[in-house]
Amino acid sequence: MELVYALVVGVLCGVGVWLLLRPRTFQVVMGLSILSYGVNLFLFSMGRLSVDKAPVLLKQTADAIADYADPVPQALVLTAIVIGFAMLALFLVVMIASRGLTGTDHVDGVEEEES
Amino acid sequence: MRLAEHLPVLPILLPLAAAMVLALISEFKRRTKITISVVSAVLQLMVAATLVVQADGVADASPAAVYLLGNWAPPFGIVLLVDRLSALMLLLTSVLALPALVFAIARWDRVGVHFYGLFQLLLVGVNGAFLTNDLFNLFVFFEIMLAASYGLLLHGSGKARVRAGLRYIAVNLVSSSIFLVGVGLIYAASGSLNMADITVATSAMSHNEYTLLQAGAAVLAVAFLVKSAVWPLNFWLPTSYGVAVAPVAAMFSIMTKVGVYSLFRLWAIVVPEENFPGLETEADWLMGLAMLTLFFASLGMLAAQDLRRMAGVSIIASTGILLAGMSLGSPNAWAAALYYLLVSTLAVGGMFLLIDLLERIRQFGADLLAVTVEAFEAEGMVLPEQEEVGVAIPAALAFLGMSFVICGILITGLPPLSGFLAKFSLLVATLNPVEGAVQWWHWLLIALVIGSGLTGVITLLRLGIRLFWVPESHARPHLRIIEAAPVAWLLSLCIVLTVAAGPVMGYLERTVATLSFPHDTARAVLDAAPVPSPEEVR
Repeated sequence: MELVYALVVGVLCGVGVWLLLRPRTFQVVMGLSILSYGVNLFLFSMGRLSVDKAPVLLKQTADAIADYADPVPQALVLTAIVIGFAMLALFLVVMIASRGLTGTDHVDGVEEEES
Repeated sequence: MRLAEHLPVLPILLPLAAAMVLALISEFKRRTKITISVVSAVLQLMVAATLVVQADGVADASPAAVYLLGNWAPPFGIVLLVDRLSALMLLLTSVLALPALVFAIARWDRVGVHFYGLFQLLLVGVNGAFLTNDLFNLFVFFEIMLAASYGLLLHGSGKARVRAGLRYIAVNLVSSSIFLVGVGLIYAASGSLNMADITVATSAMSHNEYTLLQAGAAVLAVAFLVKSAVWPLNFWLPTSYGVAVAPVAAMFSIMTKVGVYSLFRLWAIVVPEENFPGLETEADWLMGLAMLTLFFASLGMLAAQDLRRMAGVSIIASTGILLAGMSLGSPNAWAAALYYLLVSTLAVGGMFLLIDLLERIRQFGADLLAVTVEAFEAEGMVLPEQEEVGVAIPAALAFLGMSFVICGILITGLPPLSGFLAKFSLLVATLNPVEGAVQWWHWLLIALVIGSGLTGVITLLRLGIRLFWVPESHARPHLRIIEAAPVAWLLSLCIVLTVAAGPVMGYLERTVATLSFPHDTARAVLDAAPVPSPEEVR
């Protein structure tokens, strides 16, 4: 599981960074959102990966702290998702405004010259 | 409930409440909005001043106030920490916010909507980032600050702003991702997000955990360095600060300092206890980056063709000097760096406001003509005739000219004002390194610091000549008191810093002495007891 998880995080971040470096604003937006997925997954894994463990302490099954998943990274990821979502929405608005004002979806606001 | 106990949370709550109310008020009720914003800013100034006095009243390294949000016992809840450094930064923020706000009232608030609300939200983010002692909460306050800054940067709209805003947002979204990765790694290593808890936990860590913690701190530092505009992560800065409306740009000059401040806090986490007190560690990497930043900022100043860009680049130069002072690692260097932080923030803030006033006196094309005359000296160019005798300098123009000179002296660090004192004390600290003799790179740093001042002088002279001594008559400047006063306020504060250099330096030395014992501070934070519930009291 660890290997698959690590690969997924790596691929998502890689794809995100690659798209981020593309010249079209849409690609940049996609890159940013995919990068944030990768980062959120990474953050989630920082509480150690575990299977079939509850993040909430239950009275009747309270044995050892090792039986529980760490709830903190899960809370962090939720917050990060919300913030990231809002920022992405704002970025989309700016992107559309830029498209409207400059008439192109190039990140520089000017089309590259054909070579 | 006593108000004094809740003082530490007020710098966050006041602007937050103001922002919420402002969002509800119609844009047409401008007067109400102005009143609320100014009252909030003045109250923040008073709270920050009180906090500074409180913080300075503490003798040892323990914090002046630890505020437990939600009354959770540390390290579980979020902790707000007031010590000398955070109180000072709060004061600096509010001292800068008030003139920026007043300046905006004159005209800039009307070029877009929700200016005042966003301005207060920016203050929430900045104040919160200075106060919080929790890494993830720091992230949240950074995001609040950035979200507000996106709105403020786009205030006034227009092609240039949207284009710069697009890049600014993209860069900051990426750096937020980096921030999260750093926080995640630090959490994985230490199992905590409370900075005090992490500081204490480092002494009991295994080698592997400690390595992981350092890796996390390094990733986190990258995010902070993007914010503080270190080379090569600073290409977004001159463009975006250059297009923002003047009061916003002035306010933004504190935002790079938030990054630097966070680095100071991060330092306490990563450097192991045996290296304290005295911060006897030199950060070679940071020093290299700082010197490169300073070098490229000097080049950037020479290349600057207008004052806005010049001001933007001088922020980068100040980051270089700050980081250099920080990575020298000696208490004297830290105190000098903090002093420089105060001066450069206020001076650059004043500069941005001043530039806005200066741009109004130049007539369209006048500076272009000046360049042409410089380049093609007299080759049949007929200069417009000028009356040479009996033209009195209008008071407004004299004010602008004087302010420009003072601003230039402050930013480039010429004697006799506080910019010089800051650079001088930094150079003295450079020549007294914490360990060993003075190395070649100490001399290189000195050369760079002096060189950046020189290029700054050259550029300001060049731009100033083009602005004031153009062979065209100036548009008669219409200076309103509401616009002149903020500039005068910021510049006179810098002069006060010069006159009161002794007491201020004393405060800063005590600040650094507190920072030298982060482990003592951390233990004091963790010992903070929650307020007992009414039942327990009974």
